[in-house]
Amino acid sequence: MPIEVIVKTVFILLVMVVGLAPVITWIERKQSAVMQDRIGANRADIAGITVLGLLHPLADVFKLLSKEDVVPTGANRILHGLAPIIAAIPALIAFAVIPYGGIYVFGDYKLSLVAADPDWGLLYIFAIGSIATYGSVLAGWASNNNWSLLGGLRVSAQMISYEVTMGLSVVGAFMVFGTLKLTDMAIAQDQTFRLLGFLEVLFGLPVPVWLDWIRLPAWGIFYQPLGFVMFLTAIMAENKRPPFDMPEGESEIIAGYHLEYSGMRFGLFYMSEFIEIVVIAGLVATIFLGGWAVPFVSQETIINIISGAFNRDFATALCMIVHFATFMLKVLVMIWLQMALRWTLPRFRYDQVMDLCWKILLPLSIVNIFVTGAVLLVAKGSS
Amino acid sequence: MSVPIILFYVFAALAVTSALGMVLNVRNTVASAMSLVVTMIALAGIYLLLGAYLVAVVQIMVYAGAIVVLFLFVVMLLNLRSDSFAPGRQWLVKTGALLLTLVVLSELLRLFAVGMPPTPAEPTGFGGYRQVGIALYTDYVLLVEMSSLLLLAAIVGALILAKRRID
Repeated sequence: MPIEVIVKTVFILLVMVVGLAPVITWIERKQSAVMQDRIGANRADIAGITVLGLLHPLADVFKLLSKEDVVPTGANRILHGLAPIIAAIPALIAFAVIPYGGIYVFGDYKLSLVAADPDWGLLYIFAIGSIATYGSVLAGWASNNNWSLLGGLRVSAQMISYEVTMGLSVVGAFMVFGTLKLTDMAIAQDQTFRLLGFLEVLFGLPVPVWLDWIRLPAWGIFYQPLGFVMFLTAIMAENKRPPFDMPEGESEIIAGYHLEYSGMRFGLFYMSEFIEIVVIAGLVATIFLGGWAVPFVSQETIINIISGAFNRDFATALCMIVHFATFMLKVLVMIWLQMALRWTLPRFRYDQVMDLCWKILLPLSIVNIFVTGAVLLVAKGSS
Repeated sequence: MSVPIILFYVFAALAVTSALGMVLNVRNTVASAMSLVVTMIALAGIYLLLGAYLVAVVQIMVYAGAIVVLFLFVVMLLNLRSDSFAPGRQWLVKTGALLLTLVVLSELLRLFAVGMPPTPAEPTGFGGYRQVGIALYTDYVLLVEMSSLLLLAAIVGALILAKRRID
């Protein structure tokens, strides 16, 4: 059992952190270039071979490692050194509860593709996220620089505000799926529902049987469209990337909390931001986009189709690979969406960000909870 | 020793040392607040070992993740210097600490004399969000409503205070 957990942990970290995070920096450069009608990263090469600019992440690492590590005078050396580490660790350990596949049965051996599967998986993510605030706040305070301090202040206010909205905006999804366990959420989305079924449940109108084929995958985004938008907004604000990058705002406070960082210490802040993009993509894909589930084709159907030609264990293994590929595809789509938003929207003003959180998102998310609760109550009463 | 017991001692030692760090770092407010965070996380670890998952997560989310961040926010906003803490009403704090220590010590001595009471078996689903939620909204619903009223009053009070400053 411990060996299985270690293998799963190493695997997910290899795929998501070592594999995906450097590629994302390349995707970001290329996508911004495409959106701004430029060519983008294409210079870094090994013996003249540039591979579409894919070597740039490597060049970044060399640059960051070879730079001088500056600690400003008057800075708190211990906290200044600890801050990037505190910022990076939460991003890394959040993968523990995100399932990248379902539960597969080989004979009497059950394999579930998630490193840890606690009952309170989503709460774990929120707890981790609330600890992540300290990295940036301490970086701002320990640098002994007024701009950094302003950045740290903005981080603490912004992240605390959006944590509240982030939590409340997924309560609707908890209520629909009836669980906080991320694996169970994904399994609950591996099916379809009748699009017109709500007429029957809410208003008592009979829906003719021949309309039953109009179906949608039972994904969170279809049950909770408002919740999806609000959760994505809040969690992107938690990641402090544009358009929510007031803590960094180079035109106002130069670079905010990581102004006084250089070399690999800055690299850690930069890396944790990119790893968080992947975490966000995985989390949104799991809660709202069905996780590993292939739309319209449930796990049983896939295994049954393949096991017509091969034996059942092989079919299960193939199904596992299909599910993992589906999950990665959804993660990539969510990463693309975050990048597109980042390069489309200009930075908000600080008070606008706070207004958006407290005056729009928070009341809307509470309304969302009430409406979801009322609908669920009526639906339970009629069935 | 089994793994949970080793983990318990690790978390307990961490909690005690970081609590001491918090108290002894009076001059450096930020270091003191960060020690408090470590204490909270260590306590959450002990709650996890006891099977109280919801309490553990809430401990990290609310205490470590929100309240101490607000402490830090205020400390940074005021930009306190290390010499701005005059030894004013420290005798009050010291008397309180002494009394509290005496109470805890006498309780510990009593426990050593009498021996630990037997632990009852955990009910099924103990510590999960379902059980806590059901308990809160059936048996203790009056208390929940009362505390929500208190919170509402606090919010309104904060709003009035802030508004008066702006007007």
